Amino acid sequence: MLKVEQITKTFNSGTINEKKALTGLDLHLKAGDFCTVIGGNGAGKSTLLNAIAGVFFVDSGRIIIDGDDVTRSPEHKRAKYIGRVFQDPMMGTAAGMQIEENLAIASRRGKRPTLKWSSQAKEREHFRQMLKMLDLGLEDRLTSKVGLLSGGQRQAITLLMATINQPKLLLLDEHTAALDPKTATKVLEITEKIVSEHHLTTLMITHNMRDALRYGNRLIMLHAGNIIIDVEGEQKQHLDVPDLLKMFEQAAGDEFVSDRMLLG
Amino acid sequence: MGSLVLSTVCQGLLWSVMALGVYLTYRVLDIADLTVEGSFPLGAAVAASLIAGGSSPFWAVLVACLAGMMAGVVTGVLHTKLKIPALLAGILSMIALYSVNLRIMGKANISLLRMETIYTPFNKLGLSNNYAILLTSLIAVIIFMIVLYWFFGTELGAAIRATGYNKQMIRAQGINTDVTIILGLLLSNALVAISGAFVAQSQGYAAVDMGTGTIVIGLASVIIGEVLFGTRDFKNCLLSVVLGSVVYRAVIAFVLYLGLNPNDLKLFTAILVAIALSLPLIKSKLQSVRGSKSC
Ligand SMILES: Nc1ncnc2c1ncn2[C@@H]1O[C@H](COP(=O)(O)OP(=O)(O)OP(=O)(O)O)[C@@H](O)[C@H]1O
Ligand SMILES: [Mg+2]
Repeated sequence: MLKVEQITKTFNSGTINEKKALTGLDLHLKAGDFCTVIGGNGAGKSTLLNAIAGVFFVDSGRIIIDGDDVTRSPEHKRAKYIGRVFQDPMMGTAAGMQIEENLAIASRRGKRPTLKWSSQAKEREHFRQMLKMLDLGLEDRLTSKVGLLSGGQRQAITLLMATINQPKLLLLDEHTAALDPKTATKVLEITEKIVSEHHLTTLMITHNMRDALRYGNRLIMLHAGNIIIDVEGEQKQHLDVPDLLKMFEQAAGDEFVSDRMLLG
Repeated sequence: MGSLVLSTVCQGLLWSVMALGVYLTYRVLDIADLTVEGSFPLGAAVAASLIAGGSSPFWAVLVACLAGMMAGVVTGVLHTKLKIPALLAGILSMIALYSVNLRIMGKANISLLRMETIYTPFNKLGLSNNYAILLTSLIAVIIFMIVLYWFFGTELGAAIRATGYNKQMIRAQGINTDVTIILGLLLSNALVAISGAFVAQSQGYAAVDMGTGTIVIGLASVIIGEVLFGTRDFKNCLLSVVLGSVVYRAVIAFVLYLGLNPNDLKLFTAILVAIALSLPLIKSKLQSVRGSKSC
C-alpha cells in the first residue's frame, strides 16, 4: 500500500543550520498494516510523515501510495489518498464552522469542490451515527461550532474526518500528545476501533513506548533519520519496554535519552 | 429631516455592497485587503467612462464588476503565487490602480450629470431621485446577500470559508488554498467595484481619489454591524454588515449635524475603527481589573 524508497531530506542545506532529517529511509507497508513509530526528539518522525503527506518534497527517493508514484505531486493532490491527524487539536478542524460542515468537507476529501450545497440532509444521519460511535455526546451537536469543543472532542472529530471516506493511508502524528491521559486513552481506543473496522493502513507516531507496543501489528523506531528497529506480528507482541531499550542501545550504539519516552 | 434619513439609508445601502466585499476578505478569508482602496474607484471609473461614452448603465456596472474581479485576481496572484504578504500585495494593487484609474478616465474626474444611470428606470416611473436610489440599491443588496448566502453554502464556498479558518486543515482535505484565496479576493473586489459604480452614479461623478479611506469605512461597517446585530450564523453576519453600513452613515450624519468639520470625517472614522478593533482587548482588560479587585 505504501512504498517509501530511499528518501532523503536535508533542511537548510549548505548552511550552518544544515540538518539531515531523513537519510535514505526505506519503508514498505502492506494493506491493513497498523505501524507505530517511535524515536527520540528530532529523530525524523514528523519529517517522515510530512514527506509522505507532501508538506514538502523529498530531496531524493520515491514515495508510492497504492501503486501511484506521488513523489512529485503537491500536498493537496495527495490528500485523496491520505487522512491526517496532527498533534495540535486546533490543526485538524475549522474552528468557526459547524461539526456538520467540517464533516461534510472531509467526506469529499480529494474531490474537486462543486457548486452543490455543502451540507446535505441525507448525509446528516450518517454523520450522526458516526458521532454516536465516538460516544462523546456529539451526535446531538451537529450544528455546534467546532471551536466550542474540548481538545479531546476536536481530536476525535479530526479522526473521524481523516477516516470518513476510508483513506488509503492514515497518518497520525502524536495525535494524543496534547490531551490529558484519560482523554488520550479514549482517543487511542477510538483510533484502534476505526483502524481495525476499516482495515486502514496506518502510521502512528507516539512518544509512549507502551502505547507503541500495545497498538498495531508493526513497530518501527527512528534514529537520526533512519529506521533502526523494525518488528512485527508475533515478535512485536512479545516485546516489552526494557526489550525495546536494549534493542535501541544495540542498534544505535548509544544510550537512549528521552525522559518523555521512559516516563510516558 | 425626512430627506436626511432617506439619504443616510441610501448611502448606507450603496456602500454596504463594498462593506460586504470587505467582510469577505477581512472576516471570511482573514486577510486585510487594501486592494479595495483602488478597486472602489476602479468600479466608479469604469462605469463612469462607459456611461459618459454612451453605454447602458447596467452594462457599465457589469464591466465594472469584471474589472474589480481582475484587480482581486492580481492581488491574489501576488500573494499566493509570488508569496508577497497579503497586506503588501493589496498595497501594491492599490497604488497600481491609481494609475490605471487615471488611464481609464483620462482625467481626474468624470461628470455624469443628466446621463442615464441605473437609477433612471425608477425615475421614469415617477420616483424622486432618492427613492429611486433607495429602491435600486435595496434590490441589489438583497440579491447580493442571497447569492453570497447560497455560494458560501456550496462545497466551493465552504472550502473558501475553511481556508480562512485553517489553511493546513483544508489543504489536508485536498483543496488548493491558492485557488480559494484568489477566488475570495476576486469575489470581494467584484463587490467593491460594483459599489464604486453605484456610488459614482448616485453622486453624479467619478473621481480618481474617491477610494481614499474605503477600507476603513468597510471595516467600520463590518465591526459596527457585528457588535450591534450579532454573528450567530452566516445569514446573520451578512445582514449585520449591511445594517452596520447604514448605522455607520447614520453616525456620520449625526456628528456632522453636531458640527463636526467634514474635513475631520476620515480622522473620526479611523478613531472609531481603532476603538472598535481594540474593544476585545479593552473588555478583557476591564474584566481582569474587575476580577483582581474582587479577590
Ligand atoms: N521545516 C524544518 N526546517 C528546518 N529543520 C527542520 C524542519 N522540520 C524539522 N527539522 C529538523 O529535522 C529534524 C527532525 O525533525 P522531526 O520534526 O521530524 O523530529 P521528530 O522525530 O518528529 O521529533 P519530535 O519527537 O520532537 O516531534 C530535527 O532536527 C528538526 O529540527
Ligand atoms: Mg514530531
